[in-house]
Amino acid sequence: MAELPRTIAEAAALLRAKQASAVELARVAIARAGTDPFNAWLRVSEQHALAQARAADERIARGDAPPLCGIPWACKDIIGTKDVETTAGSRILDGYLPPYSATVVERLDREGAVMIGKTNLDEFAMGSSNENSAFGPVCNPWDASRVPGGSSGGSAVSVATGEVLFALGTDTGGSIRQPAALTGTVGMKPTYGRVSRYGVVAFASSLDQVGPFTTTVEDAATVCQALFGQDPSDATTMPLAAEDLRRDLDTGVRGMRLGVPKEYFIEGIEPGVERAVRDAIRELERQGASIEEVSLPSTDHALGVYYIIQPAEASANLARYDGVRYGLRVEGADLVDTYKRTRGTGFGAEVKRRMILGTYALSTGYYDAYYVKAQKVRTVIKAEFERVFQRVDALLTPTSPTVAFGIGAKVNDPLAMYLNDVFTLPVNIAGLPGISVPCGLSEGLPVGLQVIAGYNAEATMFRVAAAYERATDHHLRRPPYFGTGSVGADLKRSPNAAFGTSETY
Amino acid sequence: MSEIDSKVVRYVADLARIALTDDEVDRFTKQLSVVLDAVGKLGEVDTEAIPPTASVLPLENVTREDDARPSLTLEEAMRNAPARDGDLFRVQTIIEERPGG
Repeated sequence: MAELPRTIAEAAALLRAKQASAVELARVAIARAGTDPFNAWLRVSEQHALAQARAADERIARGDAPPLCGIPWACKDIIGTKDVETTAGSRILDGYLPPYSATVVERLDREGAVMIGKTNLDEFAMGSSNENSAFGPVCNPWDASRVPGGSSGGSAVSVATGEVLFALGTDTGGSIRQPAALTGTVGMKPTYGRVSRYGVVAFASSLDQVGPFTTTVEDAATVCQALFGQDPSDATTMPLAAEDLRRDLDTGVRGMRLGVPKEYFIEGIEPGVERAVRDAIRELERQGASIEEVSLPSTDHALGVYYIIQPAEASANLARYDGVRYGLRVEGADLVDTYKRTRGTGFGAEVKRRMILGTYALSTGYYDAYYVKAQKVRTVIKAEFERVFQRVDALLTPTSPTVAFGIGAKVNDPLAMYLNDVFTLPVNIAGLPGISVPCGLSEGLPVGLQVIAGYNAEATMFRVAAAYERATDHHLRRPPYFGTGSVGADLKRSPNAAFGTSETY
Repeated sequence: MSEIDSKVVRYVADLARIALTDDEVDRFTKQLSVVLDAVGKLGEVDTEAIPPTASVLPLENVTREDDARPSLTLEEAMRNAPARDGDLFRVQTIIEERPGG
């Protein structure tokens, strides 16, 4: 076996039929991850993976195999994994060995899923291009001179290239959905409160959620089924009754009311992106959904709300990196000087920028003008979504205004970079679930359709996304460098050759 | 809303306990001014009668029984320490001992 099956569903069928073993799948994934030419991986934990795969094979032999048993997966390196180094993409956590695993990792361990390793990301998940990693940028397998999106860029690429069958990411303002759109994968952010963040490095606590990257909508629902549920260790998880998230995958959209918010088709959206998304909307209409234009008038203010609340919360969360109990320490003249040198050396430019911005917004004299004001406008944005969801079952929008852009194109213009998330961050502000599914190519690069549903209405969201996916083959397209080609081997020898030199390809 | 200049950036970096180079101060001052201009548009929204939202969850005061539960061992909790002294995290002196005190 040189390649993994395309989906979790196919792999699970092979495992159950004893046509493949979990150890075989793990070996393929380890080999593919180990020769990945896109800098998607920070570490491959081979021994850990093989031990998990052997245990999975025993469970399968006993006939006791949950849907994810034996399935190889990749973990964004901001999610803590016991005894497997976890860095959050930052020099300040280089070498950090978590003494416990995040609840999401424990849940996947219990299912028998096989973790292959940890994926690259923007430092502390702060970024939309994966260029802010202390361990180098990730390249997009559709065109290695371009970014894969971020912050979960490594996780997106690991699935887009078929190195693993699913990956976990985190999404604070679009960090799962935007890289999914830019790499042609399915990426999903659950309702705030459905998935535990215990053991996940905290970024902006009122916005962060963990979610999956997969090849199909069905696979996304399968992973969510394992992740969802209240966790006594995370007081922000909701006590909801268990439900079958896959129940409406085949129901179709006939009779559904789907809203298209006019504020999401603005100046600045690339014509090829708008065309692909409009085509997708027409496809759902053809299948019997009624499409209505709706309005979310305060969409324009979401970016401002986000760039106050998110850095403010981050500046508080990242106060813990002081060089005392773990992580980097750079000794100074006294303790305060040690804090400053440690943080000045250990944090990258984007993290420092956001620490300054967030601390400023929370400082005396500006707290009301910035932080409280942003929280009030947050109330307005949330209320507008709630009003719209009284009329429609789901919303359809582009995931990102552009396709993947060139590495280096926006690094010196933070505002241009922040605009990448203009269609995804309102969903985090309101705490709603959202999914990005591939809806075609523009200039040879993937475009994502975003489906947003009401609170805890993931089953409805999957219903719409699956109906669209069934009618198209966009999700089955693979990037040109899919597989173990010689181009990959060349890149691996000289990873930096890939950055900014499209002529190599 | 107010202008951000290099003095403010230095002051805030001190509050955030981050050492910045002069070059970083210049760069961040320019970049953050642009971001704050964009954020300043929030002033246009009338929020006179609107309460702030800190969390979207309909939860408050989540409590649990105050039972002892298994926790990390001392070794597990200490193993990432940059410097330690037995069972203690070692840091620089923060309180000077007075002679005879």
